[in-house]
Amino acid sequence: MTTATEQDVGYNSKIEGNVIFSSADAIINWVRSNSVWPMPMGLACCAIELMGVGASKFDIARFGMEVMRFSPRQSDCMIVAGTVTYKMAEAVRRIYDQMAEPKWVVAMGACASSGGMYRSYAVLQGVDRILPVDVYISGCPPRPEALIDGMLRLQEKIRTEKSMWQIKAGRPNPEKLPTGPR
Amino acid sequence: MNLKETFAFLEERPAKDCPAYNCPAGHLVNLMQALRDQHGYSMLVDMTAVDEGPGQTPRFIAVYHLFNLESFEYLRIASACEGDESAPEIPTVSHIWAGADWHERECYDMFGIRFKGHPDLRRILMWDEYPYYPLRKEFPLAGFDMDFQAADVAERTGVRIQPAPMAGGPFVSGDEGPMSEKEPRAKDQSWREQHKKPGGSGPA
Repeated sequence: MTTATEQDVGYNSKIEGNVIFSSADAIINWVRSNSVWPMPMGLACCAIELMGVGASKFDIARFGMEVMRFSPRQSDCMIVAGTVTYKMAEAVRRIYDQMAEPKWVVAMGACASSGGMYRSYAVLQGVDRILPVDVYISGCPPRPEALIDGMLRLQEKIRTEKSMWQIKAGRPNPEKLPTGPR
Repeated sequence: MNLKETFAFLEERPAKDCPAYNCPAGHLVNLMQALRDQHGYSMLVDMTAVDEGPGQTPRFIAVYHLFNLESFEYLRIASACEGDESAPEIPTVSHIWAGADWHERECYDMFGIRFKGHPDLRRILMWDEYPYYPLRKEFPLAGFDMDFQAADVAERTGVRIQPAPMAGGPFVSGDEGPMSEKEPRAKDQSWREQHKKPGGSGPA
């Protein structure tokens, strides 16, 4: 038996097998991106398409996102599916606040992205006024394929995050709302 | 059956689809009770209101659609609201049809009509602190600039309730002629982008 020296700290495949070296970011992001637990914030007809995505024909379980949780405390990706009225905006924000970090937001469809066809006194003109949106999906409502594509793009985005830096900085998901003229 | 023979205070109201009558607000509750109990109109299909516009007399008219489940006939009763233009009043019928409760709350929310005797007259669609009645004629579709109702959320996100970008809209048909021959026209209400709303920032 050899005693542990400075040289033995590195990986020695003769002593221990089945070990993979990688960066912490890659591991963390790989885990996070393949186990997104969506919180279905179904507010209008987009929610029907969202149900189609979860059902057998489109089956978002193929991408590791089938665990729809109706409690914000158990989910990490809010899919805002539908028209956000000013009255509902307060509830949407409070539900988002209850989600554990890290968390992401998908604005599904025209209404959630920009107010859509509802140029009205009652409708928030885009959920990005109250939430930091990661992915916008066009359509009215988007087809299930569009939502799946949006979720895959969210996975790609998660895989590029600097997760270790965020954890060390104590700000897992720095919130940036878009500024400028609305 | 002619209801006017039974209820002398009713006036015929022009209608194309079903019998319609105007009823003075003072007789409304007794009329509705009798229609339900003695004439078979057991179902309140809908309850809404009409705003005839600022300065009109009467300005607000409550409209009730009844359905007879025995003869399958519809009936429309309209009743002009009493009181000031800013606070019109009409008696509630929520004790006759329980379904009128939320209809009347919506009517209060959108038109500001006070239903006397209503057990729980609160807003039902807009939030409680909302200061306007959106379906009144003087209210612009885009709405008004005001603070978000939840101060802590507004502080964190900077969200405000802003006039919606109308982009030249709303697009509506004119009042003249049959609807099939009218093209929608832009009724420019872009108070914020194009021009200021005539007469200040909010209804009086």
